Amino acid sequence: MAENVTPRVRVPKEAAAGEVITIKTLISHPMESGQRKDKEGNLIPRSIINRFTCTFNGETVIDVAMEPAISTNPYFEFQAKVPESGTFTFTWIDDDGSTYEDTKEIAVA
Amino acid sequence: MRQMLRTGAAWTALGLAGSAALAPAATAQEANLVINDEIEIVTRAPAPEHMEYMSEVVSGWEYRSPETQALQMDDFENPGMIGVDNARADFETAMGPDGQSCASCHDSPEALEGVRAVYPKWDEAKGEVQTLEMQVNECVTERAGAEPWDYTGDRMTEMVALISSVSRGMPVDVAIDGPAQETWEKGKEIYYTRYGQLELACANCHEDNYDNMIRADHLSQGQINGFPTYRLKNGALNAVHDRFKGCVRDTRAETFAPGSPEFVALELYVASRGNGLSVEGPSVRN
Repeated sequence: MAENVTPRVRVPKEAAAGEVITIKTLISHPMESGQRKDKEGNLIPRSIINRFTCTFNGETVIDVAMEPAISTNPYFEFQAKVPESGTFTFTWIDDDGSTYEDTKEIAVA
Repeated sequence: MRQMLRTGAAWTALGLAGSAALAPAATAQEANLVINDEIEIVTRAPAPEHMEYMSEVVSGWEYRSPETQALQMDDFENPGMIGVDNARADFETAMGPDGQSCASCHDSPEALEGVRAVYPKWDEAKGEVQTLEMQVNECVTERAGAEPWDYTGDRMTEMVALISSVSRGMPVDVAIDGPAQETWEKGKEIYYTRYGQLELACANCHEDNYDNMIRADHLSQGQINGFPTYRLKNGALNAVHDRFKGCVRDTRAETFAPGSPEFVALELYVASRGNGLSVEGPSVRN
């Protein structure tokens, strides 16, 4: 179980209908690749976030399969077109089965 | 002329190929540092009176590339803020036999606004100059009765980064007179003393040659107003004494230990060279 895993997300609070907005996400996570060895020469078991998804009102915005080469504290920045007011849901899925979730509301004027 | 002679000596000591080693670089970028569109940072200020050989002090931020500079302008992009967030949680963590936390006395980190700007500082009760790390450990051991934190460990560095982050934008203002003067003089002596097989003093790089290239590195003035610093080089927050250690090691000398009286004195002196610049920590450097 990775410690101190905190998702962080930045989404504008409001947008015009059909506007393309930029979303930034970051989650603090060690992303242990499974390739490294400790001081005694034992393999450190892999522990990464293997999937990241973002949905808007239930519709998929982005769905990322993540691999061990991705560095510590993975950061994603992407764009989305917002047709209406609603909720972005961000989900990170850990190797150990835990999921970390954050949501952001956006109001379309 | 004085500077020419010193520079010449440094080249000889380095054993490098003449002027190729210390070529003038592109001048430090003159741009404005505003964090989160709200905290204005002073990155250039008139040198404090005690500095004899320089007229202006400049934050290390100006010597970095535009990409690195941008990382510090937004807390979301600044990887050092992850450490700050960890420390924010740690601020409430109970320690020692009575389960005291930082928050037991200090309510919130924001209550410590302004603290970073005046450290290292003379401590009357202890009769010595104390760095922020020493003060944190005094709280941890004497107030909470817990085991001291490692001087340059992650936990300590993140806590110092948190305390620093709430003072960002405030001018560094360490006292160098009164009881602190003796320690300050000692720090100044260390700053101008050549160490190691390469016989380099702090001043050889950071006073005589700032803004020049030392091989691929753009030399800054070695200001510490941005510490703890997130370095892209090792992907972690770096404590100021660890940075001192790195510099002294690079002169091929046996270094002083982090938390040693020598480094405390040096920290006070170097901090005083940045009086007038803003507190920036956690800054982002390469």
